[in-house]
Amino acid sequence: MSFSFAGKEIVFGAGQSVGAALIAAGYRSWRTTRHDGAPRGVFCGIGVCFDCLVVVNGRPNQRACLTEARDGDEIEPQEGTGHAHLAC
Amino acid sequence: MDVLVIGAGMVGAACAYYCAAAGLRVGVVERGAVASGTTSGGEGNILVSDKEPGAELDLALLSVRLWASLGERFGADRFELQAKGGVVVARTAAAATGLADLAARQRACGVDAVDVSSAELASLEPNLTRDVVGGAHYPQDMQVQPMLAAAELLRQARSLGATVHTGTSVIGFTRGGVRTSAGEMSARWVVNAAGTWGGEIAALAGAPVPILPRRGFVLVTEPLPTVMRHKVYSADYVANVASDDAGLETSVVVEGTSAGTVLIGASRERVGFDRHVSLPVLRRLAAEAVALFPFLAEVNLLRGYLGFRPYCPDHLPVIGQDPRVPGLVHACGHEGAGIGLSAATGHLIAQTLTGATPDLDLAPFRPDRFAREVVG
Repeated sequence: MSFSFAGKEIVFGAGQSVGAALIAAGYRSWRTTRHDGAPRGVFCGIGVCFDCLVVVNGRPNQRACLTEARDGDEIEPQEGTGHAHLAC
Repeated sequence: MDVLVIGAGMVGAACAYYCAAAGLRVGVVERGAVASGTTSGGEGNILVSDKEPGAELDLALLSVRLWASLGERFGADRFELQAKGGVVVARTAAAATGLADLAARQRACGVDAVDVSSAELASLEPNLTRDVVGGAHYPQDMQVQPMLAAAELLRQARSLGATVHTGTSVIGFTRGGVRTSAGEMSARWVVNAAGTWGGEIAALAGAPVPILPRRGFVLVTEPLPTVMRHKVYSADYVANVASDDAGLETSVVVEGTSAGTVLIGASRERVGFDRHVSLPVLRRLAAEAVALFPFLAEVNLLRGYLGFRPYCPDHLPVIGQDPRVPGLVHACGHEGAGIGLSAATGHLIAQTLTGATPDLDLAPFRPDRFAREVVG
């Protein structure tokens, strides 16, 4: 099974989280912070810190550490708030 | 020293700063860390809009002026002080009538309160529900990050010579000061700024004041762009603030923060110091926030937190010297308004202790105003 991440194919095993699959594929960070552009990946790994955010099939701000990977998912790095259209 | 302040929360920090700035020698004792008690559960409201005409509104009007000057002096960005104004939303005809009446009475007291139509609400807050009857705009309302503000005022107090002793509990009163976990400290005046625990300190001093906890939850969303420009709350908030109901009350208050998160309050319950999370309360807050700002239905929550407002039976704070115990001074019991009212409270305490005439009459806030049966 595999999902795509920023256009690259990531192979994963059954039950693996997106975050675990990305780490297994060699990624250590996959987004940058909003203000300072600092790299972020899995920090707490248990859903608390919201550092490992990704966009899953168009849904922004999903925690890679809690999101179970599914075959064919399209996953993109999370940049910005993911809610820019709400700005007023 | 001249003044020993008990409590390094927002009110204690303001007392310490204004007293030090007035030339008094100041010490602060705090059993935990800076801003770790009542202040840590706050939302950072500096509101005139939710106050009925009377002593508390006068205190709030003085406080907004003082906050503005603190921001100019020390840099508003350092504690995320934002003069963003408040918008109160009425969603029924009855609420709109009540709000217009309150705004008119507030205007007579010097509040800048502007009645706004539903169309004007949409231009003030583009993401607001269109299901509104009317509202009011209060340009004087402000917002602050309470923990940063407390830390900044303590920093300023220390630069004026004050000392701050965290991790130090007050365990008793002596003739000229207090006994603490780190030994005795003497001072001409002891200021009780212990927030929700002000009643315990007052009892230790032998001059009880009836301060009890009123629990509130706040929800925190994921970071967003600027999605609301003001502090926005529903008109029934004012009624709930003044209510004497012990049961659960919620009235939604929503505001963005400098970090991008949106804070969603406010629930009120009298359940003692119970720190258990109540899922029904969180659900209700979220549902009310979504009713006001429908886009929130698509936004994730990061977390929630809770705090305990220090309330008195008459909903007024306790400010000033206690005639029952010479040297004892109170600055506590501000319920949910302590962050906003802290600046005026500290300023008035400093005026009182330096022999100046206070800018406001402190009689409505006097510590011995409660009937004997209330304080037990």
